[in-house]
Amino acid sequence: MSSLPAYIITRFLMVIPTVLILLTIVFLILRIIPGDPITAMVGQKVPEEILQKMRHEAGLDKPYHEQYIDYLRGVFTGDLGKSMIWGKRPVIAEIMDHFPATLELTIFGFVLSVLIGVATGSIAAFRRGSKVDSGMRIYSIVAYTLFIPWFGMLLQMLFGVYLKILPIGGRITPGNTPETITGLYVVDSILTLNINSLVDALAHLALPALTLGIVLSGAYTRLLRNNLIDVLSQDFVKAYRARGVRNRKVVFHAMKNAFIPVVTLMGLQFAILLAGAVLTESTFSWPGMGTFLIERIEYRDYTSVQGAIVFYAVFVALISLLVDVIYALLDPRIRY
Amino acid sequence: MLLEIEKLTTVFRTRRGVVRAVDNVTMSINKGEFVSIVGESGCGKSTLAHSVMRLIDPPGEISGGKITFDGVDLLSLSDEEMRKIRGSKIGMVFQNPMTSLDPLEKVGDQISETIMEHMDVTKKEAWQMAREMLEKVGLQPERVDSYPHQLSGGQRQRVMIAMAISLNPKLLIADEPTTALDVIVQEKIMDFLEDMKREGRAVMLITHDFALAAERSDRIAVMYAGWLVEMGDAETLTNDPLHPYTKGLIQSVPDVWMDKDIKPLPGFPPDLINPPEGCRFRPRCSNASEMCMKEPPEVEVDGRVVKCWLYG
Repeated sequence: MSSLPAYIITRFLMVIPTVLILLTIVFLILRIIPGDPITAMVGQKVPEEILQKMRHEAGLDKPYHEQYIDYLRGVFTGDLGKSMIWGKRPVIAEIMDHFPATLELTIFGFVLSVLIGVATGSIAAFRRGSKVDSGMRIYSIVAYTLFIPWFGMLLQMLFGVYLKILPIGGRITPGNTPETITGLYVVDSILTLNINSLVDALAHLALPALTLGIVLSGAYTRLLRNNLIDVLSQDFVKAYRARGVRNRKVVFHAMKNAFIPVVTLMGLQFAILLAGAVLTESTFSWPGMGTFLIERIEYRDYTSVQGAIVFYAVFVALISLLVDVIYALLDPRIRY
Repeated sequence: MLLEIEKLTTVFRTRRGVVRAVDNVTMSINKGEFVSIVGESGCGKSTLAHSVMRLIDPPGEISGGKITFDGVDLLSLSDEEMRKIRGSKIGMVFQNPMTSLDPLEKVGDQISETIMEHMDVTKKEAWQMAREMLEKVGLQPERVDSYPHQLSGGQRQRVMIAMAISLNPKLLIADEPTTALDVIVQEKIMDFLEDMKREGRAVMLITHDFALAAERSDRIAVMYAGWLVEMGDAETLTNDPLHPYTKGLIQSVPDVWMDKDIKPLPGFPPDLINPPEGCRFRPRCSNASEMCMKEPPEVEVDGRVVKCWLYG
């Protein structure tokens, strides 16, 4: 394990080309699609010379390769630039306004998906071949193929419109916002002992997190079921039992073994989760990165979109690195 | 008598039909005795061993008979009572040491977990015992910190044996313990099993290797298609086999000095879902007669049990 730090550094360096490629693609696509931030913001009825002047101020009249180099220089010195519309706020500040909302939704969605997936998957594996097993297998396929906006609306109808027990959109009731410490409302409410905000934040989180959780749980159900069935039939499980190890402990060891591929999936799912969050956010008017990104794409806010993509890329890379470290801690056969 | 198996029947209810993997088997093992169960693949010898441990998983099931171990009727015990016997009173070593250890746990953790399931000791004491057990089976005590993938097949099998004997069981069941190992390692493992016997433990060796059984055991039980066809003293049984199947089995053992010809047994073991009528060995037997259309009785001949009409 002595080379683990070296491995982490190498893995981190690999993020650089990844981000560079992503950034280039996004940079090009933004400029290929018709429209630019200036016309998107002020409309086409503004006299041409004013538009030109505004373009010049934003540096948009320069050739693409110059814009590209300018932007890259900024990114590698840690400056994501300023938004091209309205307030012209620094992009990093804009991201920080929206990222905690997404992170909060993502964490809750992720935890729910793993809990649901592990529960359904292990029940199916332990009752292999039964009706319960068939039910869980059908669940996994249905959950996996659900379309987030459709399923989200279904939940909104049920819990928000008919039962009227949960809010159908937004992050919190206006006026209930807890004092900002981390930007995660649930955490901030707990830190400031604000029960009212906590309940309100959780109620708002319930439906979007459940939507994400259920849709993403299907893959875990299937993977864990198949793996657990495989592990349970292995010799070492029988050997444990032959040594008189309690069933509960045997199950623990089997689960630990079956979890290795699940951890890999967790890393992969986290990236999908962020993408899924975009759809979930727009369904539930969740003021997160997804909503932000869609809005800024419409305004052709080049710097904000590029900044958000860089941010996502680094974040996903960090998560997958974390997953690899957990993987190594779980499985002694992994060496770097 | 340490282990008494009476009319034991273990079946597997498959979609194609019921497989009587162990059919009406009666045998016993004395204290400190080395007994081998010999037979071809699929003859039921492993199922017999697993039945003694009550490790038959569905769709398998022990459908009849009685197993008495050290005066206790094993089949009437609760699951928890049976768990306490496994590992502590009866130890078991499996066929494939490469897959019989948990790949994620250190050797020391696996041995000490077994010890702590049966004895009221601290983790530290259990680890100390694990070190001693490894030393006993000829491994360095520092191996407690190794993971299974860091050990060779022979070393892993020693670890399995260390675990099986760590609680000083009265009976050690070894299910083809050397099949997956090379010949040199095989010798060492077998020597070790003999040491176990010398220490007063009974050993039940499951093997398809007749020569190995003949060399090491006090008594040999020969199984064919779920039946116990012959059981007796190892030397007499080897020199003067009674059952035609035992004869065939001995003639098919290759000899390094080539002073005899190998005579392989013709044919294949029967399909246990639709076994042949009467004697199950009848289709392959050169002595088969009209009589063999009925199931042969188990008869005792000079202290040996034979299930064949030739002696009925």
